[in-house]
Amino acid sequence: MDGSNLYAGGFRDAPVDAAHAFRAAMTAMARPGDIRRIAGAAPPAPLSVAAGTLLLTLCDPETRVHLGGAADNDAVRQWLSFHTGAPLCDAGEADFALGSWADLMPLSRYRIGTPEYPDRSATLIVECETLENVGAELSGPGIRDTARLSLPDAGALQGNAMLYPLGCDFFFTCGDRVAALPRSTTIRAEG
Amino acid sequence: MSDYNFAYLDEQTKRMIRRAILKGLAVPGYQVPFASREMPMPYGWGTGGVQVSAATLTPEDRLKVIDQGADDTTNAVSIRKFFERTAGVATTEMTQDATVIQTRHRIPEAELTEDQILVYQVPIPEPLRFLEPRETETRKMHSLQEYGLMHVKLYEDISQHGAISTAYAYPVRVAERYVMDPSPIPKFDNPKMEMAAIQLFGAGREQRIYAVPPYTRVVSLDFEDYPFEATKADHACDLCGAEDSYLDEVIMDDAGTRMFVCSDTDYCRSRREAAA
Ligand SMILES: [Zn+2]
Repeated sequence: MDGSNLYAGGFRDAPVDAAHAFRAAMTAMARPGDIRRIAGAAPPAPLSVAAGTLLLTLCDPETRVHLGGAADNDAVRQWLSFHTGAPLCDAGEADFALGSWADLMPLSRYRIGTPEYPDRSATLIVECETLENVGAELSGPGIRDTARLSLPDAGALQGNAMLYPLGCDFFFTCGDRVAALPRSTTIRAEG
Repeated sequence: MSDYNFAYLDEQTKRMIRRAILKGLAVPGYQVPFASREMPMPYGWGTGGVQVSAATLTPEDRLKVIDQGADDTTNAVSIRKFFERTAGVATTEMTQDATVIQTRHRIPEAELTEDQILVYQVPIPEPLRFLEPRETETRKMHSLQEYGLMHVKLYEDISQHGAISTAYAYPVRVAERYVMDPSPIPKFDNPKMEMAAIQLFGAGREQRIYAVPPYTRVVSLDFEDYPFEATKADHACDLCGAEDSYLDEVIMDDAGTRMFVCSDTDYCRSRREAAA
């Protein structure tokens, strides 16, 4: 990406694009396993449209963002800073963390909230190579019976759910699609 | 329209509210603090619900606003006009046509669907407040699931009145974890809270947002020997004949003639139209 693109790739009509994107993100979080389309941003590589759109929708100078692995490059840092003003931070202070699963692990690095304020926990935006309704079986709030979602590591996510009502919450992104997994979801590994 | 940002609130405020909504959905029934903004209407008019709606609406939405079940009160009309002007959304009085429904003190009679969002205006979000005025203490009680006092209070009702007298804002347990105030809906509405739609709650003065995702278990607190009952007036609606709807008792004239009518005006009207 050349320097001139730093200022590109934001929302065309911020209030309306953000409203649409939030609605997709909210629906995903309210219905774990549902895969929704989310678009509007054109972030620098290697960020997906979905991950970039989530950052523009949810991040600003009041949120600390951790970039993991390949996502932590100059182009992404500058794009994020220009469009959101969000300060970068280490994993342990992050409100939002973005990267591939391998680049974001281990999960124990992130804030899980406190007993009085379980909302003060990190939300991880995990870039995935595939995002499909196969694999681990999900149940709990937001799910009528059960749902299935391709999770990067069902075991680690089960460990997170054990911390309930503390724990991290997750968005999984792939291209222009997003799904979510809140800490409240019960996960049964495949097989 | 161009005098305002979309849906009135600035983008940073909406982002802050949106982040609170997401955490609320992730921890059903838990009250997420948020920095409530001044709205161009008094607190009693549901500024918490208005802010949640403002952060949720898209231009394609069709909004319904009800006040105790009615679409035509000053409060409901004002909020509807506010969003028509600031968000350019279409509005409707028909429950099944609405994508977002903002409500004060009722859940519509018609079953809500997966494509709908119900936004409640909440005056007092903390169900333990009347037992414990200190926020630090109620937070601790929630964190430890210390809900025994709440049961004691309900049981005192039974020993004094022979039944639980709490008729509105009847406390519920959400997803087997948090005790939550469902806002001052009649307890008749409590069983409807296990629904297909997303439920969001906004308390403006108290600066709290909470949520119940679809199909979440919502159990009204009760006792084995005194099970919860979703009671209503033992009448049929005098206008549409419905026997399954929540009724308001209305005094019709100076002679004190009484009538029982559906509190949900859209439900009552659609039943009368269907019968005509
Ligand atoms: Zn009626």
